[in-house]
Formats: sequence, structure tokens, C-alpha cells
Amino acid sequence: MDLSSINWLLLLASLMVAATPILLAGIGELVVEKAGVLNLGVEGMMITGAIAGFAMAVESGSPALGFVGAAAAGALLSMLFAVLTQFALANQVASGLALTLFGLGLSSLMGQSYVGLKPPSTPKLDIPLLSDIPVLGPVLFNHDLMVYVAIAIVAGTWAFLKYTRAGLTLRAVGENHEAAHALGYKVIAIRCAAIAFGGACAGLGGAYLSLVRVPQWTEGMTSGAGWIALALVVFASWRPWRVMIGAYLFGGITVLQLNLQAAGLKVPVEYLSMSPYIITIIVLVIMSSGRSRGALGAPASLGRTFHATG
Amino acid sequence: MKKRTLLKGAVAALALAATPAMAQDKTKVGFVYVGPVGDGGWTYEHDQGRKAVEAEFGGAVETVYVENVPEGPDAERVITQMALDGADLIFTTSFGYMDPTINVAAKFPDVKFEHATGYKTAPNVSVYSARFYEGRAVQGTIAGRMTESNVIGYIGSVPIPEVVRGINSAYIHAKKVNPDVQFKIVWVYEWFNPAKEADAAKVLIEQGADVILQHTDSTAPLAAAAEAGNVIGFGQASDMAEYKDGPRVSSIIDNWAPYYIARTKAVMDGTWESTNTWDGIGPGMVGIGEITDKVPAEVKAEAEALQASIASGEYHPFTGPIKKQDGSDWLAEGETADDGTLAGMNFYVEGLEGEIPQ
Repeated sequence: MDLSSINWLLLLASLMVAATPILLAGIGELVVEKAGVLNLGVEGMMITGAIAGFAMAVESGSPALGFVGAAAAGALLSMLFAVLTQFALANQVASGLALTLFGLGLSSLMGQSYVGLKPPSTPKLDIPLLSDIPVLGPVLFNHDLMVYVAIAIVAGTWAFLKYTRAGLTLRAVGENHEAAHALGYKVIAIRCAAIAFGGACAGLGGAYLSLVRVPQWTEGMTSGAGWIALALVVFASWRPWRVMIGAYLFGGITVLQLNLQAAGLKVPVEYLSMSPYIITIIVLVIMSSGRSRGALGAPASLGRTFHATG
Repeated sequence: MKKRTLLKGAVAALALAATPAMAQDKTKVGFVYVGPVGDGGWTYEHDQGRKAVEAEFGGAVETVYVENVPEGPDAERVITQMALDGADLIFTTSFGYMDPTINVAAKFPDVKFEHATGYKTAPNVSVYSARFYEGRAVQGTIAGRMTESNVIGYIGSVPIPEVVRGINSAYIHAKKVNPDVQFKIVWVYEWFNPAKEADAAKVLIEQGADVILQHTDSTAPLAAAAEAGNVIGFGQASDMAEYKDGPRVSSIIDNWAPYYIARTKAVMDGTWESTNTWDGIGPGMVGIGEITDKVPAEVKAEAEALQASIASGEYHPFTGPIKKQDGSDWLAEGETADDGTLAGMNFYVEGLEGEIPQ
């Protein structure tokens, strides 16, 4: 084995890129779940965002418009889920799964004429002074804008939930929707807003895949990233910064295992390939053991249907 | 993901069932694909073959296909549905469809089956494959001459003999023209997963590779090479000509059309028999895509000369002396590998590092 052939700086830098799609989708889903809604349609919204963003960027020549379009498409698709679960009072798990199936089908239909095209490239920000810092510069400050947008969304979500009145209301709706309703909060409207935010974030995550990370459109290109984002929220015990840690951990191990393979580590490749999933499961188990379930921080009304009576 | 494939299977089955039962004299030919027809690589070329069959026979033949069929139980369902729906000839185009094809074939003795890249036959099952390793020899020669870092990255898909053969052939010929060359191999365990393929290519480039060879089906590694700048790659299974101005310097092209037309004709004439076809550059089943101007003229000439000598049968890419990775003798001076050994190849040749996942 020749570990010296691994460029650790580049590894750290590519870790941030590998983690961004699941980070975006994960933080969106966190807000949705904090409002007491379980939307399993993340994968479907991601892939719809991936093709919508790709199509928008190709047609307009602007990656920025692509990301905007992706967020809009993700939010739009999530409204389908909102109508089903909030107004028609459908089962959230079934509706979420249906949304994933629908999104996968819809995206391959939309993508028929976009196969094999190259999107306009998303420029990297060369932040003048910061990116010149040795070691830290190339690792932290030499990425495209979306990497920082993702971190900003995490920070914003954290501050919103912790310090604002609206954030408190949202959490109240997620903890006890009957009580929130009795206090006069519009449970359904708040939940719809949260679902739309979650959809927009998932759409952004998908577009990051098709516009930056791969970058091209191919059917089924999210290949399970949405499910990982869902697991991340649990892994993070519904805390924003932990979503980021989880995403970087998963992204890091994914990139690291390929690096170790290329460096010729004497461990069977099968173990390396499964390592991101194994380590995520192990951390999940460790974090959820030894404490009461309440301490995990799952919103008490998560997944329960709300119907205003009286 | 299971749900998704189930749904796709169901949709596919519906689509098949909905096809009106045309007049019985039409020959119906089915194709089962592992990826989308728009993958730009492996499945795309099989679909080109299907279109060629339609163009050749016009109204006398009807073709159907199902894409994105996972290797495994889903494949068996899709193939069964095709047979139930009256297909006379079914092409199953991925290695992992081998057992499903054999199982379904046993239930439908009157339907003819053709399985790509496998080795199990039955009275109504033929196998066919192309000698991609001949193309890999040409590719390896170009790669060995072109690399400046002497590190060549290889994205392996699934560790089966076909892929191992490709790695060995490329390595032998790269080493022949550049004794310092080193191969770094990454397995992604999938035929088609653009995000993973792109990650693998990026990692190999970060670790110093300036030539990327791939045995996966999408154009994502070429996109990654284009982004990195000073890296070249090759089209895999298809020409991938859209990257001609960028990293793609040549390609291995699978040309299935003549075979598909011949086999369809055989079914129509009633002369179909179970066969085992393994054709290479000579008969035209493997093509080498245009070598671009990025490659110096003398290297291009060398590669083309090698291609010609393989085509004429004068040179075999596995000609001794060749040792196995562990140092034991495999082929003596001047000896060439027999097809049996090649078909089951599960070892690296001397000089390659790492182990083949078992």
C-alpha cells in the first residue's frame, strides 16, 4: 500500500463536494420533520431537481438559473405531497414513497432530450485572500458557490429554529399539533411551508449532482442519495449542525474508500465499498443507545396526520 | 430502489401487454437492457443494433425492448413477460442475465434466446460476445505512449472474466511500449452509476493518473477527465464522440448490428441453432473509434498497425511469454492463450498490483 499517493488536501476538498448534495437534501428534510411531517419522497424531489436544474441551465446557459429552477421544481413537486397529506389526509409514508416513484419516472421523461449534453460549467469561487492560505485555502476556500450556500442554509436553519419566534412555532407544530392548533397557529400552512422548503433544498441537492458533481444528466443518477439524506436526519438526531457532520462523514468515507482502493490498500474491495454504509449504521447505533428515545430529539408528532376538529 | 424497479417492471409489462397482437407472421424480437438506451455507451450500442434489425427487415419484424432492467429476479420477470407476449427471439444484453435467461429458456422451448457475454448455453440459448480485449490492446498501446505521469487509472465495473481480460490486455500492451507504466484500479461494482464513476475518475486523477480507462457504461468519467484538463480517456462500448474535442482520444465500439440481423434472419428462415459466437476486430464486432490528433502521428500509426495485425489474425493480444501475477508461468514464448482460459480468466498478469475481488 502506498498511502503517500493519496493527496490528503484534495481528498478533503473533494469530500466537501461529495457531501453537498446529501447535506442540502438532509437539511431540508430536517425542517420538514421538525414540523412533524415525514416526507420519504426526498429521492424523487432530488432527481426532479437534477433534471429541472440541468434543463434550465442548458437552455439558459446560466448555472445560477439552473439552481433556481431546480429549487422551484423540487418545491413544486413537494406540493403534491403537501396536498395529499395535509388536505387529503393521506398516509405520509405511502405518499412519500409514491412521490419518489413519481419523481423518478417524471425525471426520466423530462430528461429524454437532455442525455449526452454538457451543462454550462459552474465557476469556482476564487476568494482572493482566503484561497491563498496554505493548506486551508485550497481545502476550504476554493469551491463553487453552492458548497457555501449549503453551509449557509445549515447555519440559517439552526439560527431560525433556535432563536426566532417562527422557528419556535414550527417546532411547536412538530411536537404537539393539537396544542399548537389550540393556540391559534395555522398547523397546515406552517407544515406546507416546511414541506416546500424541504422540496426546494432537495431540488438544489439534485441539481448539484447534475450540474457540478457529475456533471451531466443520466437517468436515475441520484442512485439512492435521497435515502441517505433521510438517514442523515435521524443520524443527526434532528440537529442542523449534526446533519452537516453526518454528510461530511458519509461523503468523506465515500471518497476515502475510492482513494484507498486506488492506493492499493490490502483490504478486500467489498469491505471498502460497503464502509460508508456500515460506518453510518454504527454511528447511528452508538448515538441512539444509552439514552432514552426522547433524548434523541424526534419531534413528538412526527408522521402523525393532523385533522382540525372543532 | 427496489420499489422503483418493481414499478418499472410493471410499467414495462403493461407496455408489452398493451402492444396489440399483430399478425402472427411477423417475427417479434425482444431486447432486455441493463441501462437506459440513452447511456451513450453499452446499452446505446445494443439499441443501435435493434434499430438496424428494424431497418433491415422493415415490416416483417417487430422489436420491443425494456431498459433499466436490474440483473437478478427482476430480469427473470421481464424476460418471462416478453416470452409470454409472443417474442420469437430475445436478446438479453448483460452478463448478470445469464441465469435468468437459462431459467426462462427452459420454460419456453420454442422461443430462441441470445445471451450477451455469458457462457451458459442450452438448445434454445446461444451466447455471443465480442473480443473487447483486442480493442483493449490498442487502447493500452496508446495509453502507455501518451501517459506522462506513468500512472494509468482503470475504472473496473464488476469483477468478472471479461473485465479482468480487459485490464490484463491493456496492461500488457501499455507495459510493452512503456516499461515504467503503473495501473491503478478502482472497482465501482456497477455497470452504470454516473456519480460513482465520476468520483472514481476524480480519485484516480487526484492520485496522479493522466490516462483514464473505463469499463463502465456512462460518459461520466470522460466528463471528469474534461474537467481536470490534462487527462485523456477513451470511449467505452460506444464512440462517445461528443468528447472528441476534449479528453477522448479513441474508443472501443461494439458493433452488434450485423450479428443481430443475422440471428433474426436465422429465426425467420428456421435455421437458428444454438451457437457460441466470440468475434473481435477482424469480423467487425469490435471497432476502434477514430484516433484524434491529440495522439502523435507515430503513436497513431503504431496503434493502427497493431489493430491491423490483430484483425488479420497475425497477432494475438495474449501471446507469450506472459507470467501470472504470482510469478508462475502462464504462456511460454510464442504460445497464445486458448479461448477456454480467456473465457474464465480470473487472474492478473505479472506486474499488476492489487487483488481481484472474489
